[in-house]
Amino acid sequence: MATVAAAPASLDRETGLALYRIMQECRLLETRAQELFFEGLVRGTTHLGVGQEAVAAGFGVAMRPDDYTLCTYRGHNHNIARGVPLAPILAELFGRATGLLGGKGGSMHLTSVDHGVLGSYAIVGAHLPIALGAAWSAQYRKSGQVAVCFFGDGTTNIGAFHEALNMAAVWKAPVVFVCENNQYMEYTPIGAVTAVPRPAADRASAYGLDAIVVDGNDAEAVHAVAVDALARARAGEGPSLIEAVTYRHGGHSRADPGKYRPDDEVAAWKARDPIPAYRARLEAAGVPAAELDAIDEAARAKVDGAEQEARAAPEPGADVLETQVWADGSSRWRN
Amino acid sequence: MAELTYRGAIAAGIAQEMERDPAVVMLGEDIGAAGGVFKLTEGLLDQFGPERIRDTPISEQAIVGAAMGAAMTGLRPIAELMFSDFFAVSWDMVANQIAKTRYMTDGQVTLPLVLRTANGAGLRFGAQHSQSIENWAMAIPGLKVVAPANPADMKGLMAAAIRDDDPVIVCEHKALFAEKGDVPEGEHVVPLGQASVLREGSDVTLVALAAMVPRALDAAERLATDHGVDAEVIDLRSLIPLDAQAILRSVAKTSRLFTIEENPRVGGWGAEIVSLVADEGFYSLDAPLVRITTPHIPLPSAAALEDLAIPSVDRIVETVTRRLDEAR
Repeated sequence: MATVAAAPASLDRETGLALYRIMQECRLLETRAQELFFEGLVRGTTHLGVGQEAVAAGFGVAMRPDDYTLCTYRGHNHNIARGVPLAPILAELFGRATGLLGGKGGSMHLTSVDHGVLGSYAIVGAHLPIALGAAWSAQYRKSGQVAVCFFGDGTTNIGAFHEALNMAAVWKAPVVFVCENNQYMEYTPIGAVTAVPRPAADRASAYGLDAIVVDGNDAEAVHAVAVDALARARAGEGPSLIEAVTYRHGGHSRADPGKYRPDDEVAAWKARDPIPAYRARLEAAGVPAAELDAIDEAARAKVDGAEQEARAAPEPGADVLETQVWADGSSRWRN
Repeated sequence: MAELTYRGAIAAGIAQEMERDPAVVMLGEDIGAAGGVFKLTEGLLDQFGPERIRDTPISEQAIVGAAMGAAMTGLRPIAELMFSDFFAVSWDMVANQIAKTRYMTDGQVTLPLVLRTANGAGLRFGAQHSQSIENWAMAIPGLKVVAPANPADMKGLMAAAIRDDDPVIVCEHKALFAEKGDVPEGEHVVPLGQASVLREGSDVTLVALAAMVPRALDAAERLATDHGVDAEVIDLRSLIPLDAQAILRSVAKTSRLFTIEENPRVGGWGAEIVSLVADEGFYSLDAPLVRITTPHIPLPSAAALEDLAIPSVDRIVETVTRRLDEAR
């Protein structure tokens, strides 16, 4: 039986506003990145999480500052939710020297160890075992840290998912596996290629875990399951597997207009956009519209500032091409 | 000096480092209660306990991935892959994740981890349990690769690999497990990236690795006794980092180079050495550079066929004398 988390009683005001602010920063940065792609400033590929912001925000706000985030190539939101500044993110998308990774990683590999983000992983499934390892380390060091691993519905059909779930359950590792079920495995409906209706939750029992399904467009509902799963992990009760049901407003990546999706399906999910929905809930709870407008404005100003910084930043030079292969900073392989 | 087997030197190297540093932990299949399928980790569970010596399911991606996650967050994990052939099962973790993450994050992530594995032929296990994969590993930027040939180097290079702040693949040769040798008492560390000149000679240079090292030494003795050829034998010990200067120095003296490789021919480590010497040592050469390798085939299981495939002492002696005769 899947437990569907109900919308909880309203959070305290500060937490609610943090959820809203993070979602808005994610949305505005990603939509700006999309615009800048058309200007030729954002290079390579990007995978936007527009429509999925509530998952990142719900967890980001619930996590301890020293907890670990591991996410996918659709990872901008998860970095922002941990407090990674927007300017180095955008500069990385531009391929500039001031980028979060100095221009060596790009959109798909955003990492900020200082903010607990141990990486964005672009080979599907790879980071589940790595998250397990980070959790094992926290368990061994008795640090109380939890590793939270975000992945898509497509990941539930790759071997690493199953290896990591099993070993994490056996080891009672403090790790929370969060499936962002956005309904599509790249260009293919997940249901067409998966043996069970709930790609993550229906696999949970195979690893002795509860089947947890949450409305991934409801930031407070996500926050509530996050708080619970993080507490369980910290208490030594082992891993959780959470399926957050959500939707990707756009295509899989830059190259994909997403035309394989029925128009009415897209329209129905856009009508359930997590950001206006949460804004309405905050207003109904008595937060003045002007205060939310101010959050919007501040987020827009941050994105403007990030864009200006990224535009002004230099390209990386030849001096860094062959650095940081090894821990001594070099790439020397022979004498 | 104490006499140890190559097998015993593996556990001795690990134990030396686990005693020294509580951040060193190990995981793998059958390594704890069972002491390893090759009995390479016997005694370590008793000495260090189940928190540090962790048995895993048959899940090579999870084993190697977990080692990476632990290395990112303050531990110095050692992952055992029971057979080096199983690297193929976990190759995403090795080649895409472990090797590249430091570079991709511009140095934010450091991965002090060791992947130990039983490598090489000689046990008649056939094509999926006998490969020499050191050339796979050395082809990927971001991985260090060592392959010790004797107990002292096994212990010392294991210790250095564990202390190193980068990912190191330690190839433990199955055919050498029972070999005995003197190992220095007390703390013993052999730096990565230093070849060892095991026999000095003036006529030809034989460069070998792991199980090919004792064969190169035997061949050198026969070349001296039966053919009057004075061979210098270099044990590379480490492919990455590579002691290129040791090879160039030797070739400057002998003017002739033979590499003796267990890996299949195409893209073997010897090709890199030969290319390097052709480029940087060309004017000291008196003869073609010659690679003695396993043919470019999967390995057969029958003893007679496996023995034909892997470079033997006979084949080394025959090849060296024939090529020297051609040059005369």
